[in-house]
Amino acid sequence: MKTLTDNWSTYWDGFLGTLALFAVSAVLSLVLGVLIAGFRVSPVRPLRVFGTAWVTLLRNTPLTLLFFIVVLGLPRFDITLPFFTFAVAALGCYTSAFVCESMRSGINTVPAGQGEAARSLGMSFGQTMSVVVLPQAYRSVVAPIGSVMIALAKNTAIAGSFSVTELLGTYRTINELGYSIIWTFVWIAVGYLIITLAISAVFNLLERRVAVSR
Amino acid sequence: MTVQASALYDVPGPKALARHRLYGGIALLLIAAMIGWIVYMLFHTHQFTYQKWMPFEYRGVQDLLLRGLGNTLKAFGWTVLFALPFGALFAAGRLSDHRVVRWLSTLVVEFFRAMPLLVMIFFVFVALKVQPLWALVTGLVLYNGSVLAEVFRAGVLAVPKGQREAAYALGMRKTQVMTYVLVPQANRAMLPAIISQLVVALKDTSLGFLITYEEFLHAGKLIATNLDYDLPFIPVVIVIAPIYIGMCLLLSWLARWVERRSRRSPSVRGGAPVVEAGVAMGLPPSAQQ
Repeated sequence: MKTLTDNWSTYWDGFLGTLALFAVSAVLSLVLGVLIAGFRVSPVRPLRVFGTAWVTLLRNTPLTLLFFIVVLGLPRFDITLPFFTFAVAALGCYTSAFVCESMRSGINTVPAGQGEAARSLGMSFGQTMSVVVLPQAYRSVVAPIGSVMIALAKNTAIAGSFSVTELLGTYRTINELGYSIIWTFVWIAVGYLIITLAISAVFNLLERRVAVSR
Repeated sequence: MTVQASALYDVPGPKALARHRLYGGIALLLIAAMIGWIVYMLFHTHQFTYQKWMPFEYRGVQDLLLRGLGNTLKAFGWTVLFALPFGALFAAGRLSDHRVVRWLSTLVVEFFRAMPLLVMIFFVFVALKVQPLWALVTGLVLYNGSVLAEVFRAGVLAVPKGQREAAYALGMRKTQVMTYVLVPQANRAMLPAIISQLVVALKDTSLGFLITYEEFLHAGKLIATNLDYDLPFIPVVIVIAPIYIGMCLLLSWLARWVERRSRRSPSVRGGAPVVEAGVAMGLPPSAQQ
């Protein structure tokens, strides 16, 4: 307990850092993911190819390698941004591929008749997607997206090793002060559990509100 | 709805086709501009000078990279070796008839799935002072083993219940029902998901880089930070990234191939449906619920 109370501000900063990292990259990954999922089902061939390449590449890239490329590689192109921005870019792009795949399998659960009915009413592709298909896909997508978001929150830990303030990275500071290393990690673990359990509670709530039996 | 284009939009007429071509042209231009910018930056920042590519000619550097690659594969091999039995054991535990065993296994599996993998690796490495290789392998086994346990369990539960009932009716014991009837069918149905999870394990071996395990990325970093070669960071990425991504892609394709093959196989008919292959983040969709 002393480890926690003595280092409260260090832990708190780390906790907030992890939360901020999670929140910003979650928004980025959701926006990008939905966009790319749209690309992948669109009638325009180059967009489809781009979407497929994006998803295939990112799903098979180790996140550490992506961090390595973004955080240490982009500065070689004379792009210098804060580490936080780099970390958000890496996490957001990586996660967007998984969000896209969840969206796509969500679109797959909407019966084909829905899209056909929308088309026979004379709706365009954009209308079919945004008014008919996506609102229905959204319901079956909540649970898988929740799973991806929890994984994203856990992945933010990697950013700590690339000079971003976050929860796991706090162990160094606290360790140097000579506190029990085991307890240091116990409190870090509790911090992550709070975040992941909160996300899973939010998504459970969402799921119950939008779920519909089909 | 299948994402076959036809379900979401009409077969385009001449006007729509022209419009789609226009969009396609614009998209192509944008993509080309992006690639062009990257190539321009590569030349503009002098990434193709001899000095930056010189290290790859040296025997020592090549050996360093190969040793790194070997270490990556070694960590991956150990992980596979331990994670599969770990998963099988805890899946069996979660399906056990004994309440205590079930609760304990659930606790273990849920805990290791909820913890960030990197926290576990750092804990083993820093707090328990284990060598980097074994710290990495321990973390990978605990996490991927727990996910695999869920995959195995979902597989056994997906076998139609008539199979289990028929086996019991034949007078088989609990263990016999499991080993002769349920597990073989579950394995066949889940194989794509199992291989996809191994891709995740292979990707995550790169976390060893963060605890100074001398794996592939670590070897790359050593070369990239060498002033004698004018910090050849981009060349190192150009060499390393395709190999890393290529290995993962190969394994992903194997999963897809297995999926397609077992879909066609007559022996899965009437049994548990073959799950979709695909690298997941978190729990694979086939193991959810």
